[in-house]
This record gives sequence, structure tokens and C-alpha cells, in this order.
Amino acid sequence: MVDLNQVDAFVDRYGGEERALTAVLLDIQNAYNYLPPEAMHRVAEKMKLSPLQVYQVASFYKAFSLKPRGKHILTVCLGTACHVRGGPRLVDQVGRLLKVTPGQTTPDKQFTLETVNCLGCCALGPILVVDGKYYGKMTVGGVEKVLNEYREGKEVAANG
Amino acid sequence: MAKLQSATELETWRKDVLATRDPNKQTITICGGTGCRALEGQAVSDAFHAGLAAQGLASQVDVKMTGCHGFCERGPLVVIFPQRIFYPGVTAKAVPDIVSKTIAKGEIIEKLLYEDPATGKKITYEYDVPFYREQRRVLMEDNGLIDPTSIEDYVAVGGYKALAKVLSEMTPDQVIEEVKRSKLRGRGGAGFPTGRKWEDARKAPGDTKYVIINADEGDPGAYQDRSLIEGNPHSVLEGLLIGAYAVGAHRGFIYIRNEYPMAVQYITKAAKDAEAYGLLGENILGSGFSCTFDVHRGAGAFVCGESSALMRSMEGKPGEPRSKRIHATESGLWDKPTVLNNTKTWALVPHIINRGADWFNSIGTEGSKGTMVFSLVGKVNNTGLVEVPMGITIRRLINDIGGGIRDGKKLKAVQTGGPSGGCIPESLADSQVDYESLTKVGSMMGSGAMIVLDEDTCMVDTARYFMGFNSSESCGKCTACREGVVRMYNILERITHGKGEEGDIAQLELLGETTRNGALCALGRTAPNPVLTTLRYFRDEYEAHIKDKKCPAGVCKDLISFSVLADKCTGCGLCKRNCPQEAISGEKKQAHVIDQQKCIRCGICREVCRFDAIKVE
Repeated sequence: MVDLNQVDAFVDRYGGEERALTAVLLDIQNAYNYLPPEAMHRVAEKMKLSPLQVYQVASFYKAFSLKPRGKHILTVCLGTACHVRGGPRLVDQVGRLLKVTPGQTTPDKQFTLETVNCLGCCALGPILVVDGKYYGKMTVGGVEKVLNEYREGKEVAANG
Repeated sequence: MAKLQSATELETWRKDVLATRDPNKQTITICGGTGCRALEGQAVSDAFHAGLAAQGLASQVDVKMTGCHGFCERGPLVVIFPQRIFYPGVTAKAVPDIVSKTIAKGEIIEKLLYEDPATGKKITYEYDVPFYREQRRVLMEDNGLIDPTSIEDYVAVGGYKALAKVLSEMTPDQVIEEVKRSKLRGRGGAGFPTGRKWEDARKAPGDTKYVIINADEGDPGAYQDRSLIEGNPHSVLEGLLIGAYAVGAHRGFIYIRNEYPMAVQYITKAAKDAEAYGLLGENILGSGFSCTFDVHRGAGAFVCGESSALMRSMEGKPGEPRSKRIHATESGLWDKPTVLNNTKTWALVPHIINRGADWFNSIGTEGSKGTMVFSLVGKVNNTGLVEVPMGITIRRLINDIGGGIRDGKKLKAVQTGGPSGGCIPESLADSQVDYESLTKVGSMMGSGAMIVLDEDTCMVDTARYFMGFNSSESCGKCTACREGVVRMYNILERITHGKGEEGDIAQLELLGETTRNGALCALGRTAPNPVLTTLRYFRDEYEAHIKDKKCPAGVCKDLISFSVLADKCTGCGLCKRNCPQEAISGEKKQAHVIDQQKCIRCGICREVCRFDAIKVE
């Protein structure tokens, strides 16, 4: 459920100025892992903007998701340095293990696979980030071990 | 703390800060850059605190988490002052030894020292490490010395002296004259003369003007702006305030990537602290000049690094660029005169004010003055951030500072200027790195990313990668970029999948020229560069893909096959266990075989093999 009072608080934090729209949406996304439609409508109403502008901004920037995302966000860096060091192979491997493609969430809502254009830790490439924790110099063979740290109970994992 | 009322009060405070510090006191600095933190730098710092306390040394030794030291490859980095003893790759486990030997008794621990791969010699001091020795550090100079969250640390190294000088001794016109004389050019990539930009904004009519720090560092492979903000946020802020005074702006902003949470946190804290001391906000240092500062986080859109798109984004709109017939210095943010400069450009300003335009002029080449920070990444031994005078050659950067190519491979090309830069072949590696020379060879400076590619890199695939990036980051406003880049990407996709056709190369060249001429903003105008430069220097690779259906570098999946070299295979079974397709068979201690029908060419077998027994062709 979306707590509209909390949404109001996010808007108020920045004084309701139009220029704060992305900041407000970032805060909502942090709280809900995506942008729920109710929240976006509330933002439009409260900031006196058209819902169109809010949707335009929400769909323009890559940080925003209009779909609910999983409990754990797996981000594989595909910046140039990671690309040449095998980042795409990590994406393939995570995708194979979880049966998702970038942008998708597992049916049990545990994991979302995403890619990012550069995290600026190029010395550690290729990089996998899980919920903000960086796993540098990742290998294809090491992906499963990392995933297991986040799975709910290893038995489920073994069956899935 | 009462707000400082004058330049004199700032100097008094500086003296007070320095009086409490003993330059000979032992200080352990741990790199707190994002790279070293990812390598458990925080655990190392905690271990030092615990270790010193256990030995009763806590009051005699300072422990400091600083900004990025640059040598990310060997993190977490520890430097012990005042001697500057350098221990790379320190783990929490090694800390008790460092405390009981180096700190307590002054003994150097041989096995923790850096070994120069070229000579095999151990190196004790940071300044003797080739990676640092060959650099000329101006912007990054204080990164390893100061705690980025401490305004006292910045003041102790001379911070805000330039701002005080400007406010108490110089007119705005004098500031602009000094910056113009320094020949400083924008470090964001285009290289526009900074002083001229400021002058235009100063002369523009109206009382409301803005200054903005561009920290939307979107070029993959570039992280110097991030490291500067994470390592020395006040230097960027001080530069911005000097610029605000020069152009007559009273509101400043930073536009910063949300992917850089620590940088956001540090610049926010820096601004709060500066305000508390009267260095930001109302009546700065009692001069009568006021300037506010706000942080604007981006939300993941590469095009927002483009000035007009960035300003639209700051207004709460989608970040779409507009035609540059009217400059931002006349009509920028909220249609007011605005100066937008790159993070590094702003941070260079205090140095120019303090040391003078002549000093700045003495570094670099005729057309490109000063130093530039590059991120040296990819297939190079010493990945990291390096600051060098403009005009250094690519080869010196890679060999002398970067320590050469990884795994003894050969240099193939260097990609500079971000996703819309170009690939410079090894044969041109003696080119100088400055604005003019890079443009001449078909690339550009960009924000300073330098991605080193070795012989295992497929240039067609590299071009495809960048066009994929550029097409997904095209905002879609103008047709040339929206359609042209996607069409080029589609053709490259076909070629890398072995479906290239006669005429594809000519089509790519035509599309490239058309997009370059027709696009609205710099993103679209430069987006064809990766294709055009690889066609210029690596045409034979395109032809191999199209005519012979071969990928000479062994990268493009549809054009390669994996097989086991029977004489090298020991039959350990590691590849068999890791193969996701169960495509590998073989008895223990017997050479294994890959079933080509089942193989999806994921490359896992090659990655896990310890005997180099997997061949790609």
C-alpha cells in the first residue's frame, strides 16, 4: 500500500518547487523500489503539475521503474571497462540462473536483474552489485555463490 | 562556530587549525574511494582503530579515511605519513602486523610493499612508485591527504584562500581576466575557453544569473569527477563560488549523478559546513557577496551531461537538449544567463587564482594548458586515475604510468572521449593527448576516459557496443540521432551475428555522415565517431566479418567456436561441471570434448580452465 502522507512528506521536503520533481520521484522509488501510479498522481496534484509531466519525467530517466521490482536488485555494470572485461557474460549467467532478462523480475519477486552504464569502479570490473553491495572482479563461475547469499533458504534454491 | 567575517579571520582560523596539528605526527591514511571501499577499505580502517587501541597507541597516531588516491588497481591503499610508506592491497588481517611493526617500531614490512612489475624491485615510498612518479598532480594533489568530510582539513592545505583573495582584492573583471589569461579550457570535453564563457555571462543583461557544476559524469569508464568530489569536495565548491562572483550569480547548483551516493553525501556536507563558517550563503566573508548552493541529483540519463538537456532536467522536465543558436550564457536555466562548467574546470580555478595564470600556462601544450585527469581503464595493468600535463603521448600514459597491457598481450587501440569518442589504433599511440591532437585523429578529449583495448578485442563489436549505448541514450527529440544511430546499430548487430552484406560499410559511412551533420546536440553529432573511426582504422576487421564470416579477435559468438586442445587438457572436469549446457563430455584424466550442437559459446569453460586448454576460433 502506498502511504500518501509519506508521499506528501517527500514533496514538502523540497518545498514543492517544480525543479524538485526528480528528487521527489527518487525518494519515492527508494521507499517502494518503483513508482506506484497512486504516488505519481499524488505528486502531480500536490506539486500542481500535470500528470503528463510527472509520467514524462518518470519514463524518461533510467533510474525510475514503473513496474514493481524484486526484493533484491542485481545490477551488472556494462560500462566500457566492464564490457571489455566480460560484463555481458555476467548478465548472461545471472539471466540463465534466474531465468530472467535485464529489466525482468523473478516470479517469486525476489530478484530483479538490471544493467547500468557505468558505476565508476572500473578497476574492479566486471562488477555485480546486489542491493548496493559491490562484488568486484566477478567471474561467471562465481555468480551462483553470490546469488545464494541472498536466496531465501538454500533448499528453495536447490530446487529452483 | 561564528561565521567568518573577513579574509583576515579566515587566516586566523587557518593558523589555529594548523597550530593544533603536528606535521610529524604519524598518520595512517586509508583510501576511501568507492573502489577501495568495495575492496573492504572500511574494514581495514576499523582494524587500524582497533589495533591502535589494543596497543595503546590511539592517541599518538591519527587514522584518516581519505578520498581516492587513484591507484585503484591495488586497493585498498594505505599510506603512512610523514614518511609516506606505501602498502597496497592491505587486508584487515595484515593490520595488526602493520601496527606492531611499522607504527610501533618503524620497521618496514617487506612482503606488504609494492613490487614494480617491470623491475621486480620492492618500493617503500609512495612517491617512488612509477604510477605516481610520472604524474603531475594538481587537482588530485590533496586527495590522499585530507579527510573529505572535514572542512578543517581543507583549510589546513590552503582551502578558501583563493575565494578570500578574490572577494577582498579583485574585481569580477580582474577574475575573468586572470582566468582568460590562464587559457583554461572546459574539462568536460568540448574545450571551450572558460574565461570567455564567464565573460559572456557577465555581460549578458539581467540581474538573475546562475552557475552550475556539471557532475553528470555519464561517460562509461570515467570516474574522475566522482573521485574529485568524493576526495576534495570543497575545492569544487570554492571554484564555483569564485565563478559566481565573477559572473554576478547568486545561486549555484551541482547536477550530480544519483549513481554516486557518496559524492552526493560529501558535497552536501561540504556545502553545509562552508555555510556554517560564512564561506557560502549570505555576505560571504563579510564581503557583501552572497551565493546559495543546491544539490540536484540526476536520475540516469546520459544526455543530461549536455548543457541544455541538463538545464531542462534541473527545471523538473525531461532532459531534452535544445538548439544552441542561443548560448546558455544568454539564456540557460529558467532562461537566465547561466555558466555551466565541468567539475574539474571549477576545481582548477582556485589553483589558478592562488598560483597565477602564468603558472598554469607553463604546463601543457600551446593550445591545451594545464593538467588533465584521465581514467586509465580496460586491459591495462595499472587501472586508475592519473593526472598528467596536457600533451603527454598515449604510449607514455599506457606504458610508463599504466604499466603496459595485461597478461603480456599487445595493445590494439585506445578508446577516448566516451561512447561518442573514437578508437585510436596502436600505430597512432605516439599522438599527444590534447584537444587538437585527439580531434585530428578522429576522436576527442571528452571527460578523460581512456579505455585500453588489447588484441582480444573485436573492433566491430566495440563499435556495436557504443552504438547500442548511444541509441539507448538518444533522447529521441531529433530524427537524425534517433533514427540514424539506431540504423547504424542494427547494421552492426547484423554484421556481428554473421549476417553482414556487401554494401553495409558504405551504408554505415553514409549514415554516420548524415547523423553527424543533422543532429541537434553534441550527443548525436558525435555518436557516429566509434563507427567512423573503427572503419577508418580497422576496415579489414569489418571485411572479415562481412565477407569471410569470421571474427578475427574471437569475440562475436555467431562467428566463433570453442574446442578443447587435447594436448593441454588434463581431464580435470572443471569445464564439464561448469558448462551450463552440459555440452562437455569426457572421462576423468582424459581429454574432454565440446559438443558444438549444444554449445552456446558463453565462454565459461575458457574462463574456468586452468590449463589454457580451450581454443577459440
